[in-house]
Amino acid sequence: MAVHPPAGSGLVVPGYERPSGVHPPLDFAGYRSTALRAPHRPLVLLPHRLTEITGPLLGAERVTPADADLTTQHAGEPQGQRIIVAGRVLDGDGRPVPDTLVEIWQPNAAGRYRHRVDNHPAPLDPNFTGAGRCLTDSDGRYRFITIKPGSYPWQNHPNAWRPAHIHFSLFGRAFTQRLVTQMFFPGDPLFFQDPIFNSVPEEARGRLISRFDLGLTVPEWALGYTWDIVLRGRGATAFENQDGDR
Amino acid sequence: MTGGLTPSQTVGPFLEIGLPWPDGPFVVPEDTPGAITITGLVFDGAGAPVTDALVETWQADPDGRFAHPDDPRGAARLGFRGFGRCPTGPDGSYLIVTLKPGALPSPDGGTEAPHLDVSVFARGLLDRVVTRVYFPDEAQANAADPVLASIAEPARVATLIARPDPDPARLRFDIHLQGDQETVFFDV
Repeated sequence: MAVHPPAGSGLVVPGYERPSGVHPPLDFAGYRSTALRAPHRPLVLLPHRLTEITGPLLGAERVTPADADLTTQHAGEPQGQRIIVAGRVLDGDGRPVPDTLVEIWQPNAAGRYRHRVDNHPAPLDPNFTGAGRCLTDSDGRYRFITIKPGSYPWQNHPNAWRPAHIHFSLFGRAFTQRLVTQMFFPGDPLFFQDPIFNSVPEEARGRLISRFDLGLTVPEWALGYTWDIVLRGRGATAFENQDGDR
Repeated sequence: MTGGLTPSQTVGPFLEIGLPWPDGPFVVPEDTPGAITITGLVFDGAGAPVTDALVETWQADPDGRFAHPDDPRGAARLGFRGFGRCPTGPDGSYLIVTLKPGALPSPDGGTEAPHLDVSVFARGLLDRVVTRVYFPDEAQANAADPVLASIAEPARVATLIARPDPDPARLRFDIHLQGDQETVFFDV
């Protein structure tokens, strides 16, 4: 049975803030692949209703603790600089986002993805797949052990190289909070020529760069990089409750 | 400007390493009574199939409820995942096996016709694009749907309504990122 409440029935749902000056434009000439893929027509404003303020709460059944360590998925250890990448997932109101799925993927230390269409002539590493996942804890914290990804060339423009990065996928608690992004490393000399990084409005770009963290670094073992991820927070209620009856 | 939010970046061409799940396309197992298959192709502006995209769906259960704490009515049935995810294949096609969602009450007092929210991720998309799938056998509900009514060009509403298939358990929903048949995408 579908639910058809009368108008003004008192259904109250939260709305989420609408980012401005945060995300890249879909149409960004410097990144050639946008040319045939970015929609040309204006987006239609979608007020946040039930489908948008809810979202999949995927959890424990999808993740084992071993999934957060990309260095122990094979018989031997992968080549490269062992690193720890950790941080918190927060919402725009500063509240931690607990129990949310974080998925990552990356190339190996030589800058080669384990993928059939990656033809960069750098070696594959038999001990590195490059995929990990974990759930945030009750305080919104996540932590991965991996190796530092290499930079790699691509065909976007002459002598184009991607700055080292790890791909991140986040769900948050609502469809509106879904985010796929990339984490970069401090001081990368390739930032200036990377249209993907530079597609982000300048004032928000630095949020994609992790911070070297000596406190997270494990002596004699692995360098630590901290990166917090901030998803959209709840804004005002999307619709006023007509009769004030909660 | 919004304070501190993390910007989006493209999934790139190698999402297949990290995002697909073996059970991703199956919101419900294929042999579930009433299961429907929504399938289609993703096209770019030149009409070529997009072979490296990821299509994700999110929807209410057949009773129009969500298993989520922010649905004040609560779930009507246990264990309905509501979420599907499928990478496009070498031919640009995806498929989602699910149950048809129920209609939804809208906080502004209207009723939303049965629909799925859809995210498309791909190389060349710096942020996901969001659309909706509506059902061809819900003409009356679709006509009263506040989201469809908000679309300024009525001719484009058709891009959001799945096409029937000779097999009543299948629906076709193509996604055109660009071009004459460009799908309606939403600012969420």
